[in-house]
Amino acid sequence: VKIVFVGHVDHGKSTLIGRILEETGSLPEGKVEALRASCQAQGQRFEYAFLLDALAEEQQQNVTIDTTQIQFRSGRRGYVIIDAPGHEEFLKNMITGAASAEAAVVVIAADEGAREQSRRHGQLLSLLGIRQIIVAVNKMDLANYSESAFREIEKAYGEFLQTLGLKAAAFVPISASAGMNIVSNGDPAIAWFKEPSLLQAIDKLEAPESAAKQPLRFPIQDVYRAENRRVLVGRIESGTLRVGDQLLFSPHHKTAQVATIERWPTTSTESASAGESIGVTLRDHIFIERGHIASHEADAPVESNRVHARVFWIGAEPLRVGARYRLKLVTQNVECEVVALGSVIDVATLHTAASERSELRINEAGDVTLQTRAPLVLDNHERVPTMGRFILADGDSLVGGGVISGALYTSAKAIKSENIFWSESDITAERRALRNQHRGAVIWLTGLSGAGKSTIARALEKELFQLSMQTYVLDGDNLRHGLNANLGFAPEDRAENIRRVSEVAKLMADAGTVVITSFISPYRADRARARTIALQAGAEFVEIFVDAPLAVCEQRDPKGLYQKARAGELKGFTGIDAPYEPPEDPEIVVRTDQQTPGECVAQVLTELLPRLRLVHR
Amino acid sequence: LVEQLICNQQVVGSNPSAGSDSTATWPNETLMSRPRTPLDDLENHSVFILREAHHAFRNLAMPWSMGKDSNVLLWLSLKAFLGKVPFPLLHIDTTYEFPEMLEFREWAAKHYGITVIVKVNAEARERGIGYETHDPVTVTHELKTVALKQAIAEHKWDALITGIRRDEDPTRAKERYFSPRNADSEWHYKHQPPQFWGQFAMKNAPGEHVRVQPLLDWTEVDIWRYIEREKIPIPLLYFARDGKRYRSLGCRPITHPIESNAATIAEIIAELEKTRSSERAGRAQDHCEPHAMQKLRAKGFM
Repeated sequence: VKIVFVGHVDHGKSTLIGRILEETGSLPEGKVEALRASCQAQGQRFEYAFLLDALAEEQQQNVTIDTTQIQFRSGRRGYVIIDAPGHEEFLKNMITGAASAEAAVVVIAADEGAREQSRRHGQLLSLLGIRQIIVAVNKMDLANYSESAFREIEKAYGEFLQTLGLKAAAFVPISASAGMNIVSNGDPAIAWFKEPSLLQAIDKLEAPESAAKQPLRFPIQDVYRAENRRVLVGRIESGTLRVGDQLLFSPHHKTAQVATIERWPTTSTESASAGESIGVTLRDHIFIERGHIASHEADAPVESNRVHARVFWIGAEPLRVGARYRLKLVTQNVECEVVALGSVIDVATLHTAASERSELRINEAGDVTLQTRAPLVLDNHERVPTMGRFILADGDSLVGGGVISGALYTSAKAIKSENIFWSESDITAERRALRNQHRGAVIWLTGLSGAGKSTIARALEKELFQLSMQTYVLDGDNLRHGLNANLGFAPEDRAENIRRVSEVAKLMADAGTVVITSFISPYRADRARARTIALQAGAEFVEIFVDAPLAVCEQRDPKGLYQKARAGELKGFTGIDAPYEPPEDPEIVVRTDQQTPGECVAQVLTELLPRLRLVHR
Repeated sequence: LVEQLICNQQVVGSNPSAGSDSTATWPNETLMSRPRTPLDDLENHSVFILREAHHAFRNLAMPWSMGKDSNVLLWLSLKAFLGKVPFPLLHIDTTYEFPEMLEFREWAAKHYGITVIVKVNAEARERGIGYETHDPVTVTHELKTVALKQAIAEHKWDALITGIRRDEDPTRAKERYFSPRNADSEWHYKHQPPQFWGQFAMKNAPGEHVRVQPLLDWTEVDIWRYIEREKIPIPLLYFARDGKRYRSLGCRPITHPIESNAATIAEIIAELEKTRSSERAGRAQDHCEPHAMQKLRAKGFM
């Protein structure tokens, strides 16, 4: 079990670890004596911390600079202790250490109580997905072994953890320097404490849920050629993979069957599960490269070019809206742009910054929306943790980490057809784009009936046409006359309506056209699927929320439909007796109750045209 | 000697490079039914790191001392790359090597079909640098670290795969899986780059290189258990003869055997489980002054 020790600077982490190592007999013979002698020779006071703080600078300044790992055994099992520096300046080292841990011990000094770093570290544990936490209330000797001091910290820090959605497995009063209540409990000085000692509490922690039970995610790390076979190598991040499994490879939605699972020197085994580094050969010949993610079709990951994440920032230069970074998620590496920054959290106080911010500074966390240049395969962190987190790199340095939430899962089955192959033309989308001097795209307008979608769509089409661009409007009413004539307005019919529109739009975008779709498209999941479908064809997808309050739309009522719906002549009308789910994160929002159609179109063009430019690779 | 060496390892008849079903060392059933052990986790993670390194760097090499850790690293590379090591191995020959080690080098190169580059700091030897006249820190620096730098300059490697472990030394305990070194091979231990979730980000300027360290999480006992499980050939010097054996192998003049009767791997493991003295206690250069290892390592020692 990997267990990280965190806490405010000077609250005694390294001393505690030194104590544990000595009391469990984990140190080489004579190590403590040798260190004592060495300290004496150099005129320094001996500290247990020196067992870990091996760097000369750490010993001179009496502070842990970098993270250390060291092993010990209790009666029950083996542990790796990760000592993480408490000083704010070394937060990136703390994260480096803590990110690989399965459990954490937060050390809080009884005489000082929880301080800034105690809280910041708690927040980071929550962001890093560490759920097993023990709080060691240290330096009880300096608090006169007082139960009330202990209970006060237990209450305050317990409440703090609760705001993070965390719960400590135990609070344990200890004294690292006196060696009290660390290995065995029942120390007379704290007779009021009847519960297990720190080590006993650590031994009681249960292993977190095995990643093997999660859906299969097998990111391709590389493709090796061995004896004329192509072997896909990688580490299974979650789930189990078996010979004969039909694998879905995202983001290009190709499927193939597993022929063999390879390890050296044995050639084959029947199955492999999370954590195993393996090689796989396929029965079908399809093109696969690093960054592709294999899964089972029934339980596929999300594909999107929009990512919502809570990001913690460790870069010296702040994260800025509009800036570009490399996003690395397992073996994927894509360029992304920061398109929005939501609330910024002060990780020390957990207070949300009062004013709107356009940058995230070092050691802050915030809710960030990223737009990637290529489709990204991902999961929500709560579903598959290793596929729901990523790092951001700025040039050659790692500047932040993010945890994904709010991604919408769509059924891969509906997107992919069985046994039908996509026929590739020699005339690629790139060549069409080169001739047209712009990329194909799907411009997806969504909004209530009467919000102004058709008006904006037509005006936009006209502007693009005048710019010599290939463009066409797909209109809801027009499609229901033909392609979708057999569909009604029940939720499943609406979903199918949108699915067909998504597919038609994809084909037209692939043909090089800037397709403008004008549909109410009230459901988020349907729009998310439209995005996935467009991204598969390599087309740009831009969601535009044509926003106007229901009352305004109803007053406009250009087709008299609201009146009919109110009169009960029309059932399942969006906004009246059927829901409209507004976009949580559209690329563009226009407010037709506040802007003229001309203003709306001008705004759309400003944001849209740069995206349609040719990409020079 | 080679015959004897292999006999001692009980690997007669199993050719690790064969890799076909009929000669596989373990039948499929045992692999299937064996629950995952901590050794499996270590192996899987090391293989992952080796594959990341092979993808990330154009011009890799693996320093190889023929010692136990080096041979585990070589074995893991065979696993990662399915029996064929895609980079050369580098032996820094200090000219104070045990003859048994050199013999093992020649045998292993043939046995595994690997490319071995041998590097000697001839210039320093000509200047008269040697254990006979100089202190161990100076000699180690000249004949190992400087020789390594010379080899890096000659071959323009952008990454070196090393077999260091956290439990060997407290400064190694602070290492990263991917650790950048500047053009002078110096380790900026105060400004190590953050690394987490299996991700690292760094770019080499010309002349700089990255140390890739897949064995960081392993302990001495793990190494032995793995050698036992995988039947990895290693030099005979590790096994007791006349009541003595080598626990760690370096230059002859400054490497001292320990009292031991452990003549098999099982006996060595049993011995290690009882002992509390440190592995590198027999390596003089680590102990001649306070923070000796930190000073050596900051200047480019592994």
